[in-house]
Amino acid sequence: MSTADTITFSQSINQALDEAMAADPKVFVLGEDIADAQGGGVFKATAGLSAKYGTDRVRTTPIAEQAIMGAAIGSAIAGYRPVAEIMFMNFLTVCMDQLVNHAAKLRFMSGGKTWVPLTVRCTTGAGVGFGGQHSDMLEAWFAHVPGMKVVSASNPAEAKGLLLSAIEDDDPTLVIEDIMMYAQKGPALEAGVKVPLGKARVRREGDDVTVITYGRPVKTVDAIAEDLAKEGIGVEVIDLRTISPFDAETVLNSVAKTRRAVIVHEAIKAHGVGAEVSARIHEELFSDLKAPVQRIGSKYAPVPFSPPLEQAFLYSPEEITSAIRRVLG
Amino acid sequence: MTKSNDIDPEKLLEIYRRSMRVFKTDERFREMLTSGKLRLVYYPVRGQEVLSASMMCALKPDDYLVTTYRGVHDQVSKGIPLKDLWAEFTGKVTGTCKGKGGPMHITDPDSGVMVTTGIVGGGLPIANGLALSSQLAGDGRVTVVSFGDGSSNIGAFHESLNLASIWKLPVIFLCQNNRYGEHTAYAASTAAKQIIDRAPGYDMAAIRVNGNDPIEMYNAAREAVERARAGEGPTLIEAMTYRMLGHTFGADFSYVPKDLQQEAKEKDPIPLFKKMMLDRGTSEKALAAIEDEITKELDEAVEHALSSDFPEIDEIRFDVLKEEIPA
Ligand SMILES: Cc1ncc(C[n+]2csc(CCOP(=O)(O)OP(=O)(O)O)c2C)c(N)n1
Repeated sequence: MSTADTITFSQSINQALDEAMAADPKVFVLGEDIADAQGGGVFKATAGLSAKYGTDRVRTTPIAEQAIMGAAIGSAIAGYRPVAEIMFMNFLTVCMDQLVNHAAKLRFMSGGKTWVPLTVRCTTGAGVGFGGQHSDMLEAWFAHVPGMKVVSASNPAEAKGLLLSAIEDDDPTLVIEDIMMYAQKGPALEAGVKVPLGKARVRREGDDVTVITYGRPVKTVDAIAEDLAKEGIGVEVIDLRTISPFDAETVLNSVAKTRRAVIVHEAIKAHGVGAEVSARIHEELFSDLKAPVQRIGSKYAPVPFSPPLEQAFLYSPEEITSAIRRVLG
Repeated sequence: MTKSNDIDPEKLLEIYRRSMRVFKTDERFREMLTSGKLRLVYYPVRGQEVLSASMMCALKPDDYLVTTYRGVHDQVSKGIPLKDLWAEFTGKVTGTCKGKGGPMHITDPDSGVMVTTGIVGGGLPIANGLALSSQLAGDGRVTVVSFGDGSSNIGAFHESLNLASIWKLPVIFLCQNNRYGEHTAYAASTAAKQIIDRAPGYDMAAIRVNGNDPIEMYNAAREAVERARAGEGPTLIEAMTYRMLGHTFGADFSYVPKDLQQEAKEKDPIPLFKKMMLDRGTSEKALAAIEDEITKELDEAVEHALSSDFPEIDEIRFDVLKEEIPA
């Protein structure tokens, strides 16, 4: 991996789609406005692909999320590897039936006779000023449905590597992309390299406390860990990368060592992924823990529009730091 | 245009055979439920046998089918082996889906049955996807998705017709208009005078037929299949039929007016079809032989289902994801 910051998050996604389509004729992309004639996607993630692969494989759809998801599911059952783009995560609510009742369950309900090698990409994230209906982090909903994988990357290289794995995977996988990270630059991933699903990454080792996170907050947590290191506090930072099924082994091994844990995510705290991770830690390591597990998430409210409110809605670096200090006692 | 009164006698006999297979299967399910030998929520297809058999006879074995909870007629007509079907209905490991799908979720790719859904209207978007795969692959397959009249009011119906039409997908939307959605009569739930009235809004070919008449139904089906195979896009078929029993077996049926029930009895497609076959020269003996053969096959299927094992409890860890779930 080169160390220069050469590629943005969205270019990285574009590269993954390009490589996947070049490698496998069964891969095709569908979604609203995604072909070049319609602008190559609202965030340009698919720009240039229809010029290269044609509009049969880079298909602009009507504004019809159930139809998009169904077309993806049906073709996946028949051996294709569709990548369906749902413009914003909130619009997944419009095709929940297709995802939850069909995509996630067809392998099981068919006794393994069919499966759904479907990838769904969606964008979201607070901080853009889109207000209540374009910014939610709903990963916990999908993590709660058996039969689906859910991933979210924390940098451009891993965004590409995870997307390539999702496309290659034989199960339906939801890929969550944070709009606030699209312009973020980072080192590019070499051609052919993938990031495996279901494996967390220990970004930084430390002996005093484990912070488990994924997506946009990873960068914030990295910076906090760097700061705390100057005080002699060793923060082990784990990026889950795959939210469901999550890599409990890596998390539990780390917490068994540090005996303290903080979980950070952008989704609201109530009933979030943090609750599951925290519960697992308590179930397995209760007597080893030196302090109860702490959770940091966003406020229990729809994402507000007014900039100061939107900022206040989000988790803050200060909250994360004080949660870490709290478990350190 | 095909003349609606002409049909190859061999084809008619095949439709008859499949109709009887459905009729006898449905009858056996109801008998076993009544006698307490079986316990399950059963959606009878009494009255809709001929419709389904005629449609499936217009398909090739590898054409795709998506159907619903009320799908036994479609599944049997499409060719799922009765043994596998019965074993799935009874939750046995020898079933089409190892007993993990059950009556509402029958999948059997070998006979082209790709999805059976318990979600009203949920199959239409997926049928488009199957049809899209055939269009992309150029494999010449056609996808049929079967649903009730009530399903045409769900959003997915409209999204699916629109997408199929703009993409010219080789898909057939087969609405089995049996006049009721659970306890609600057609007119109380559906603003359109007839389901096909919705097709022009999607620039889609549509045809309304007496689904209980094998010749009319088969010819409509054949026309739609030919259109799809020729790359000329989807068809909406509104096949008029009647659900002769309650929504689920044993359920209240008093909400259906007595005169309608009486009229339906007089127009019962099974005896009418039998009469048609006799009128056209098939012997009583030949028809009885068909029934005997099916009865024997059913006896074996039921015996197989009842004597098969339930799946191991450990099965719950498999087929959730490709990777097994840790014990
Ligand atoms: C989305 C959804 N809503 C409601 C139901 C409950 N339900 C099951 S069958 C049915 C009636 C459907 O009627 P119709 O589409 O005409 O099909 P039929 O049962 O007559 O074959 C209803 C309301 C369901 N299964 N799915």
